[in-house]
This record gives sequence, C-alpha cells and structure tokens, in this order.
Amino acid sequence: MSTESIRTRIWQEEAEPDNAFAAASCHCHGYDVYGELMIRASWIEYLFLLFRGEAPTAQQARLLEGLAIALANPGPRDAAVHAAMCGGVGGSTSASCLMAALAVGAGASGGAREVFNAMGDWQTRGTDLGLWQTGLSMKPVEDPSDVWPAAGHPPGFDPYGVRCTTPVMQTLTYLSSLGCGQSLAWLQANRLSLESAAGLPLSMTGVVAAALSDLGYTPPQGEMLYLLLRLPGAAVHALEQRDGGYKNFPFFQIELENDPGPARGVSDRVEAGS
Amino acid sequence: MNGPELLEEHVGKLVTSAGAFFPGERAVFRGHDLHASLKDMEWLELYLFGITGRRFTPQQIRVVQVLWCFTSYPDARIWNNRVAALAGTARSTGALGIAAAVAVSEAAIYGGIIEQRACEFLIRAKRLVDAGEELNELVRVELKQRRVIGGYGRPIVSADERIAPVLALVREQGLEGGAYLKLAFEVEKILLAGRWRMRMNYVGLSAALCADMGMSPREYYFASMMAFLAGMPPCYLDAVEKPEGVLFPLPCRIMQYEGVARRSWREGNKSKTQDSGQ
Repeated sequence: MSTESIRTRIWQEEAEPDNAFAAASCHCHGYDVYGELMIRASWIEYLFLLFRGEAPTAQQARLLEGLAIALANPGPRDAAVHAAMCGGVGGSTSASCLMAALAVGAGASGGAREVFNAMGDWQTRGTDLGLWQTGLSMKPVEDPSDVWPAAGHPPGFDPYGVRCTTPVMQTLTYLSSLGCGQSLAWLQANRLSLESAAGLPLSMTGVVAAALSDLGYTPPQGEMLYLLLRLPGAAVHALEQRDGGYKNFPFFQIELENDPGPARGVSDRVEAGS
Repeated sequence: MNGPELLEEHVGKLVTSAGAFFPGERAVFRGHDLHASLKDMEWLELYLFGITGRRFTPQQIRVVQVLWCFTSYPDARIWNNRVAALAGTARSTGALGIAAAVAVSEAAIYGGIIEQRACEFLIRAKRLVDAGEELNELVRVELKQRRVIGGYGRPIVSADERIAPVLALVREQGLEGGAYLKLAFEVEKILLAGRWRMRMNYVGLSAALCADMGMSPREYYFASMMAFLAGMPPCYLDAVEKPEGVLFPLPCRIMQYEGVARRSWREGNKSKTQDSGQ
C-alpha cells in the first residue's frame, strides 16, 4: 500500500465506512461543507473562505461580491472573451473555449498578470504617493529571461484610455464606499495624481488590484481569482457564438507586407489537375 | 498617434508579415508560398523557420529533433504528462489533455520558464565575459539573486541521463565546438567546484546548443515548447484504454490535513448573520 500523502491546510475528508474512495464528510478550513456551509453560507462567502481560510466580514463579502459582478463579463470586445468566442464559433469543446479565455486573459496587458503586477505595486508602495509617482514615471522594462512579455504600460492603467471610463469610476466609487481596507479609499482620493504620474487613466485592473489588496489576497491569489471571476462572460459569449454560426462572426481583412504572389508552378499544376 | 486613434487605425484589418491563406488558392508563410517554395521543408524545419525566420542546417535540425526526442518520456508520474493521463482517465478529449499538459510544461522548476532563463543567462554571461568580466563572479551573483541558475541542478535526482546521448549526437553532427556549449561546461565546472555541487542538466545543454545556433531566449523558448510532446499521447492513450478513473486513484486517507480544527460557520461567519438579520 502506498504511503504517499497530499498535505493540505484547506480540505479534510472522512471516508464512507464501506468505500475509501468516497467522502462521507468534507470540511473546508474546519467548516462542514455539505452539513453546514451549503445551508448557511453564500457562494461568495465560501469563495472568500477557500482563498483566505477565514469567513469574511460583512464588508469583505460585499466587496468580493461587487468585484465578482464587475468582473463576471468584460463583454465581447475583451480579448479573453474574443478568444472564447473563437472557440465557440467553430464548435470547439466547451473546455477549450474557457482554456482560450484563460490563456488570453492571463496576460500582462489587461489580464491576470497585470493584476498580479499591480498587486505587487500595492505591496511595495502601499499608500505612499511619492513611491507611486516615482514608480509610475519609470517605463516597464522587458526582461528577456521572463516568459511573460512586458506590457507597454504601468499595470493598473489603461494604455489606450483618454479618461477614466464610467464603469471603472462606478466600480471604484462603489467598492471604496464599502469601507474595507485602505487601498480603495486611497485610490479614490488620489486617482487624479496617479493618473497624472502614469500619463494614463486608471483601468479596471487597477481597481481590482486595490480591491484584492484590501481583501488581504496575495498577488498569486489575486491572479487566480481574477482568472476565475471573468470566466462566466467568456462562457456565455462562446455559447452565443456557437449558436450564431461563423458566417455571423467577424473574419476581418489581412494585408500581407511580403506577399510573394501566386506561385506559377503550383497554379499551373492546379489548372492541369482541375 | 496613440490612444483610441491608434486602435482605430487597426480596426477590422491585420497588417502582417507572418502569413495568410487565400481560400481556394494558396497560403503564404513568412513571405514564402507554403506549397511551392517551402514544399520540401520537414515539419521541424518549418516550425523553426516560423519562429526565427531563418533556415537551419540539416545537422542543426537533427540536433533539435534529438533534443525533443530524448526528453519525451511517456511516464505519467511526471507532472505535465500526468495532466494528459488524468484527462484520459477522466474521459476528457485528447486535445484538451495534451493542450493542458503542454501549458503545464511552462513550469518554474522544469520546462518553459527555466528554459528561457537558462538561455538568457548563457547569452548574457557570454556577452559579459567577452567584455572582460569574470565568469566565477557572474555565477556567484546569479545564484545570490535567483538562488538557482537555469540549466543546472535537477529536481528529484541530480544526474541527467540525457546529457551523454545528446552530446554523442552533437559530436556526430560536428556541432560540439560552439562558444555557448563551451561556456555552459565552464559554468558547470564552477558550480561543481563550489559548495553548490550542481551539474548541468538537459536544459542547460539544450539552451547552449540552441544559443550556438543563433537562437535568442524567446526563440529557444518556442523551439523547446514541444520538447515533451511525444511522451504525452502515450500517457493519455494508456489511461483512456484502461477502465475509467483507475489512474492514480486517491483514497480519502491520502490527505494529511494540517489546517484548523473543526468549527461552526455560525460562530465564525459575521457577514451572513448581519446581512440576514439572524
């Protein structure tokens, strides 16, 4: 019999008396999942518990719920949702649509890596405006040893924005009103100074990074949660395009800069064989 | 031009030199007709041409091919292969299992992340050594900053069974004289002589060989991306041909719980109590 084990601080099971491979009880961070959590906790509270190991306060639960709504569907223009729709329109498997959304939505430009990087900034700069202004004045540098290509803008800001968009402002205003942690309130108070230092408007990833910092998430936890919370929109838009069919989905134009033109030999062969 | 104006410029069309297909007519691959001027390319040649835009000698292609072959282990215990095998035992599709296994191969203690770091270190080290810096010092600083040097040391075991057969093939192809390969062995000598006792592993060797072929870290990252691929389908297929769920089944007792003691949600949960007025 194998003596290998999986060590976990999250999950505890007791086997059914007649089946070592079926759990009779499951406890998550000490709480009975099927005996109590399912009855008394909300999904968002359970989500908080899974990551943080403790039940949320009322403010924390409301903040995470607001964040989850803000992120659930970035809409079809978002690159991750676009990727999921590319899967849907071709009739690809459901999992591949979500894998496409995860892969694209993982990136350092608008994706989970941007949130990770922005949360790192919150860890090192906190609410020190001087540190933010110094950091934001520096251009992101490409690290040739890193598998993540560098984004061309500071994390948390919109590289193509003109001004902070209405949904970003609405999200920041609502989430900071919940009085949970310092980051969101400080961001609300100092947004214009930060935008001036960055030369760019605040983006949704910037608000998300502040919110996740206020919830006590680490950057790796924030990266994971951001990936998870954006999947519902990817799923429904992939399904919608699957039903709509490829003829109703953009294929776009392409302009080759180095087109060699038709190969004579091949054209001749096609003509000869047709 | 920047901001929305720059985006507006790109709406609806892609200007590119990567390639395109002309339905019913032809396909262009990096400026060449795929079915005419590139028709004699083997798949691996085309793959490397797609990454670099350069052509490689038959000897170089043979070495890259062997680098891929010699690390394709159909062992479902290995973490990336296990993903493919678990997809099989769970009756997921082959493409989902293999795609996930390839993605998982981009790891920090083996595979993609360490491969790119290894190549970048060798290229940077050579540039600095050529400029007069001491390799000993570069190795010491790298270890201090990153704790490891990509391409040296190995999880689970220290010896690397791939080194000798790859080197034999490299000699056979006359490619053993590269400057990066020489540097990689010098780094190993330093690491073995010091307190670190780390040997060069397969990644160090393949990164050096590919750097000697003129690949940049990112080119090498893509060149080695499928290096584990051939070992994955056998893991999936072996699992899918067996009864469902029998690959590494985990009994409840395998979990060693190290968390907090059991507690009641009503005691710990403040939010629901307040929200619902309980």
